[in-house]
Amino acid sequence: MHVFTDPKNFDAYLSGFLWILKLTGASAVFALLLGVLLAGMRVSPVPVLRGFGAAWVNIFRNTPLTLVIFFCYFGLYSTLGLSLSQELDLNRYWLGVIGLSVYTAAFVCEAVRSGINTVPTGQAEAARAIGLSFAQTLRIVVLPQAARSVIAPFGSVLIALCKNATIVGTIGLMESSNVMKDLINSNGDAVIPIFLVIAGTFAALLIPTGYLFGWLANRLAVKR
Amino acid sequence: MATGEPLIVLDSVNKWYGPLHVLDDVSLSVDRGEVVVVIGPSGSGKSTLCRTINRLEPINSGTITFDGQELPAEGRALAKLRSEVGMVFQSFNLFAHKTILENVTLGPIKVRGEKPAAARERGLALLDRVGIANQADKFPAQLSGGQQQRVAIARALAMQPKAMLFDEPTSALDPEMVGEVLDVMTSLAREGMTMVVVTHEMGFARHAANRVIFMADGKLVEDAAPTDFFANPRSERARDFLSKILTH
Repeated sequence: MHVFTDPKNFDAYLSGFLWILKLTGASAVFALLLGVLLAGMRVSPVPVLRGFGAAWVNIFRNTPLTLVIFFCYFGLYSTLGLSLSQELDLNRYWLGVIGLSVYTAAFVCEAVRSGINTVPTGQAEAARAIGLSFAQTLRIVVLPQAARSVIAPFGSVLIALCKNATIVGTIGLMESSNVMKDLINSNGDAVIPIFLVIAGTFAALLIPTGYLFGWLANRLAVKR
Repeated sequence: MATGEPLIVLDSVNKWYGPLHVLDDVSLSVDRGEVVVVIGPSGSGKSTLCRTINRLEPINSGTITFDGQELPAEGRALAKLRSEVGMVFQSFNLFAHKTILENVTLGPIKVRGEKPAAARERGLALLDRVGIANQADKFPAQLSGGQQQRVAIARALAMQPKAMLFDEPTSALDPEMVGEVLDVMTSLAREGMTMVVVTHEMGFARHAANRVIFMADGKLVEDAAPTDFFANPRSERARDFLSKILTH
């Protein structure tokens, strides 16, 4: 464990996971908003919106995340000149958040849509029958019930998002897996311990997350 | 409200589910204050007919007019029209995540913009009327089927509708709960509510209906006063149907 007792390495390790948490946090918020919006589009009566939602899901769910992140960096930034911060790391961070958000939104959308499908059609019919608009029906009657059945799948999406955040390392952000690569390069004698510490940190973050979401899903279930 | 003028008018309505002709050139007029009971064998299109009146089922051709206005396409105008037509479903469809009282006040507050306190007061009065005021803070799953259906009627009445549609309101109920729901419907009919009722309850048809409509294979086969219909059905199809349900 001599690698992590060195304060320089330990700082790198901490700041690596701090980036992961920041990437996960910001992307989770954006992906959630975007994903719910896309799910609304996919169940809407407007064909153009349905088509847009379906296209989004098909494109981003079936493209490797590495490509999406690369496109954000080399396409949006290097080629099209979209710069989100003067600071190099922050620019990479925000480009990473964009990539992770648009990608994860596709999975959130499908989780929400399957949640909507667990709400009996009679609920939406009753809502329309008393004169609620499509948006009100979705917001007041369908989504609150769908949300409760979507909690458990959301846990899985969030866990995947946290692990996927390591891919932002490929565009140069010093997140955990990039830190790990550097540590291994300079400490060839401690490859296995370094792996175990990084993997163990992910597990320590994510196993409780899984249990938390399982517990919430049970607690908030709608009785029928 | 004047009685005797048509409130709901269906003119040559056709609807297909793929190759299946579920509504075959159906024309029907329901006057204000009239109670029309629709009966017929399963698959005859009677539920579909009921659901076309507030456009939960769109039609392929023909016209449906409610209170002098043709049913608008999906959108704000249709939502407004639906708010004026109460609907009661076979499977109750109470909002599962809302309390009984919230089920009844949701429409008045969100659609009509009523003040929550006023909507609450009227909601409680309606629940009292259907005999479940003491359950106001429970959730739908905690009530019996008969109680849920009475809440569903109160929810529809809370919008002060011009007409009420009942789509087999007692078909999903245990036999001992049918009476309590029919009692509420009978009292509504007496008060002059315009009602279209799809049902298998022949007793209700006899004593509460002004007219009985008999449907078979998507066609409107007979349209008669209940006494005439039950005593002298004109069509072979209706005679056959009645002989099957009335001999037991």
